[in-house]
Amino acid sequence: MLRLNNVEVVYDRVILVLKGMSLEVPEQRIITLLGSNGAGKSTTLKAISGLLKPERGEITTGSVEFAGERIDHRGPEEIVKRGITQVMEGRRVFDDLTTEENLLSGAHTRRGLAEIRTDLAAVYEYFPRLAERRTLKAGYLSGGEQQMLAIGRALMARPRLMLLDEPSLGLAPLLVEEIFQIIQRLNRQEKLTVLLVEQNAAMALTIAEHGYVMENGRIVLDGPVAALRENPDVKEFYLGLTEVGTRKSYRDVKHYKRRKRWLS
Amino acid sequence: MAFFFDLFVNGLMIGSMYALVALGFVLIYKATSVVNFAQGDLVMFGGYIAAALVVLYKLPLAIALPVLLGSMIALGFIVERGVLRPMVGQNVISVVMVTIGLSQVFQGSAAMLWGAQTKSIPLPIPLEPYVIWEIYISPVNLVAALVSGVFLVAFAWFFRKSRMGIAMRATANDQQAAMAVGINVRFIFALSWAIAGLAAALGGVLWGNLIGVDTQLALVGLKVFPAVILGGLDSVPGALVGGLIIGAVESVAAGYVDPYVGGGTKDFLPYVLMILALMVRPYGFFGREIIERV
Repeated sequence: MLRLNNVEVVYDRVILVLKGMSLEVPEQRIITLLGSNGAGKSTTLKAISGLLKPERGEITTGSVEFAGERIDHRGPEEIVKRGITQVMEGRRVFDDLTTEENLLSGAHTRRGLAEIRTDLAAVYEYFPRLAERRTLKAGYLSGGEQQMLAIGRALMARPRLMLLDEPSLGLAPLLVEEIFQIIQRLNRQEKLTVLLVEQNAAMALTIAEHGYVMENGRIVLDGPVAALRENPDVKEFYLGLTEVGTRKSYRDVKHYKRRKRWLS
Repeated sequence: MAFFFDLFVNGLMIGSMYALVALGFVLIYKATSVVNFAQGDLVMFGGYIAAALVVLYKLPLAIALPVLLGSMIALGFIVERGVLRPMVGQNVISVVMVTIGLSQVFQGSAAMLWGAQTKSIPLPIPLEPYVIWEIYISPVNLVAALVSGVFLVAFAWFFRKSRMGIAMRATANDQQAAMAVGINVRFIFALSWAIAGLAAALGGVLWGNLIGVDTQLALVGLKVFPAVILGGLDSVPGALVGGLIIGAVESVAAGYVDPYVGGGTKDFLPYVLMILALMVRPYGFFGREIIERV
């Protein structure tokens, strides 16, 4: 459904952030993209959704294909119309607008008020808490509610593919679980394809089917999540477990002993 | 007491015309973060076009008005696309300088195209004041207040309820997030300028009818600053309330103080008010309270 071929992204014409990034997201799957800070995960998502420009970024080589057509160098509103919506990192709800206005803004690219109303009701069904807060300014919602609102707002565009950037950021573990369950439900019931970027690798690897590990602007490892969970490097660097599978104590960490193999 | 209410009511009506001009200013600031020092000059330009259409080209009002509104909307679009869009991302002072430059260009080109001498816009409004409970209400002011009022209410509805209005507010709130939901931010910018042009066209006709059309008409733009500072730079209801307050205050003050000092209170008090407002409430009565989660 979505395919990135050898994409390079340059910021400010000099800083090379993605160095030949390739990945594939098949229809109706949940795919996760893992990696440490600054690996280029968010940049990858923005390259797909067309949001690089306001940050002075640009795709210099490679292609992004969605449903068989190239979408790199298209404007973000055009990409939303084609069925890709990004939920940006840090929620980014419109805090001066009410919950309902936030959701309606998500349907901006669509025509047909009746359908939009039905979808609004559907979003309230997925997130009953938003229904209670319908007329409250989004700035006054809690972090978890704001994340739900950000996802709900993205749903209002009726996407086929949703790009989720760190939905667990800054949320309590219980809420993280709730949000991930909803993502799974959306995937099953609404046949929504999801590309999930996460720091919380343990969580991401439980709901996704296939995972990519990114480092320094390129993919260094990929495979079905079961295989990734067993990979000693992933275990050590992303799941924080030693090879025996027990929680690691920071006292024992000796960084010079083990290095990420793919870096050498 | 009748004297006071007379001044007050007529001041409010003048204030509604300030509000009209202030609305354009606030809208541009809110949506595009540009402080537009050329708002008064847009009003003047609107007045000039109106005067030219009616007096020079002898068009009937029913034709002149749509032509005027259309050309001012187009002017707003052109200014945004041609002059301000290339300035996106530049620092605030450069953008301010560009709008100051624009204001001079408007004044110069209006004088070049249609002459510098004062013109009048004849509107079919009776001159005899209405007297209601001993208050003299000038029909010109009344019409001005009605037109401003209708425009402001229509705009308020559009801004609060329509989907495009929601998109405009979303863009004002977070541009990148607005792009992410598929809002065409560049179109929203152009739309803000177009609406500001529309408000300026109406303002130009009303003010031009009241004080005559020449390049001095641009000075009404200066009264907008106290109005928007009082109301809050980024607040649409603030523009309305600020405009009304400035109109009422200057009218009442001029009525009571001018006989003793020989005039000028009108031009002086709004700015004193503005300076005080800046000291006490720098973001205005309705300015954006930044919601912070702690």
